[in-house]
Amino acid sequence: MKYTEEHEWLRTEGDLVVVGITEHATTQLGDIVFVELPAVGDTVSKDDEIVVIESVKAASDIMAPLDGEIMEVNTDLADNPGLANEDATGAGWFFKIRPSDPSQMDDYMDEAAYNAMIS
Amino acid sequence: MSDLRKTPLHELHIALGARMVPFAGYEMPVQYPMGVMAEHVHTRTKAGLFDVSHMGQVRVTGADYATAAAALETLIPVDILGLQENRQRYGLLTNETGGIRDDLMLANRGDHVFVVVNAACKADDIAYMTASLSDVTVTEVTDRALLALQGPAAQDVLAAMDAKAAEMRFMDVATLTLGGAECWVSRSGYTGEDGYEISVPAVQAEDLAKALLAHEDVAPIGLGARDSLRLEAGLCLYGHDIDTETTPVEGALNWAIQKVRRKGGARAGGFPGAGVILDQMENGSDRKRVGLRPEGRAPMREGVVLFANEADDTPIGQITSGGFGPTIGGPVAMGYVPVAQAAIGTTVFGELRGKRLPLTVAAMPFTPANFKR
Repeated sequence: MKYTEEHEWLRTEGDLVVVGITEHATTQLGDIVFVELPAVGDTVSKDDEIVVIESVKAASDIMAPLDGEIMEVNTDLADNPGLANEDATGAGWFFKIRPSDPSQMDDYMDEAAYNAMIS
Repeated sequence: MSDLRKTPLHELHIALGARMVPFAGYEMPVQYPMGVMAEHVHTRTKAGLFDVSHMGQVRVTGADYATAAAALETLIPVDILGLQENRQRYGLLTNETGGIRDDLMLANRGDHVFVVVNAACKADDIAYMTASLSDVTVTEVTDRALLALQGPAAQDVLAAMDAKAAEMRFMDVATLTLGGAECWVSRSGYTGEDGYEISVPAVQAEDLAKALLAHEDVAPIGLGARDSLRLEAGLCLYGHDIDTETTPVEGALNWAIQKVRRKGGARAGGFPGAGVILDQMENGSDRKRVGLRPEGRAPMREGVVLFANEADDTPIGQITSGGFGPTIGGPVAMGYVPVAQAAIGTTVFGELRGKRLPLTVAAMPFTPANFKR
């Protein structure tokens, strides 16, 4: 698992990368009540704002961590956005992206570095 | 947060694991470890304990109650003289253009009027009342905390400490002895639920709060859930849903102005902005505060601009409060629209992240009020 400074986690799954936000982030955001995901088939560039999360407190944007194509989104979040709180790194995933340049993964932190950042 | 004032329950909030934020010059708990959503639901199903000690507690004293009440009626368009002893009522301080300086609660306490005002307005309110009124003394009560116990279990919890709590009806006021503390208690609140507001001597506040929290049905509730609870209940947040630029009629608060203060009433007018307000009560205003239900799941918050039609260029109003309603299970909001769009069931459009999304004008409260009438 890799981590961004924006509190996203990235998990390689075959030739795709699954993306969500960390438990640290969901705890900070509070109860998540709405998640707007990109469309399957969207071509996105790193740092594009592609996900909107609304918690009981405020709206936040999540940026694409990699260049690539959105291959799948977690439709369960539409009806049950609280999954992101309950199981941030599991059932609360956001989208799967096919990276056009997998080497962009190298820019991101490993778990030890991420934990050091948030501690 | 070093410049911020602390309430008498500050140490307890920290011990309970609250996340503290600056609010109206105070360091206040926005949530506890339970979280905003669960705190909201807990209040609607059991009982929540809120620290509202930041609010202003004020005594207005004259030669007798009638002197104090009559003086306040020159600033507030409400029947204060006719308020029965140990009864409470909602009121508004208006300005010369018919706008609202603050909203407040007024109680007849026999020999004085007890007033509870918003934290952010309290210094101004006290200075204004003091400067405007003769024959009365306006005194801030600074040695008392204010707690709110709200929710369907509130009566049983409080009656276990003083049985008289169960005899009170909505908007009654009484002095109760709670854990040895002499408390000024009203059966009212800001959640749409049955419950009490409890003025307790500051030195006894923490003990009382701990005694209430010792009950299995009572949990501490922060400002986050307080806001979503009052929003679902359709209650105004001063400075957002009503302010110096909105009249009571625009704010859909006509009910707060009793007949005796309206045109044709025995004490009609005689308060700031009476010309504007009483005219609007007869002829209506151009715009009105309404409840709004966004059709999708996305919350629409304060500041979202409203349009009559999806493709219109000119806005018709904006949202003044909005968010997710945990009891409703979806987004709820309130805002101002022209009277042409104010009928229940009208569709309007809010602009959210560049998209125009539909909302329906809806009756308030969004959740039924559970008061003990």
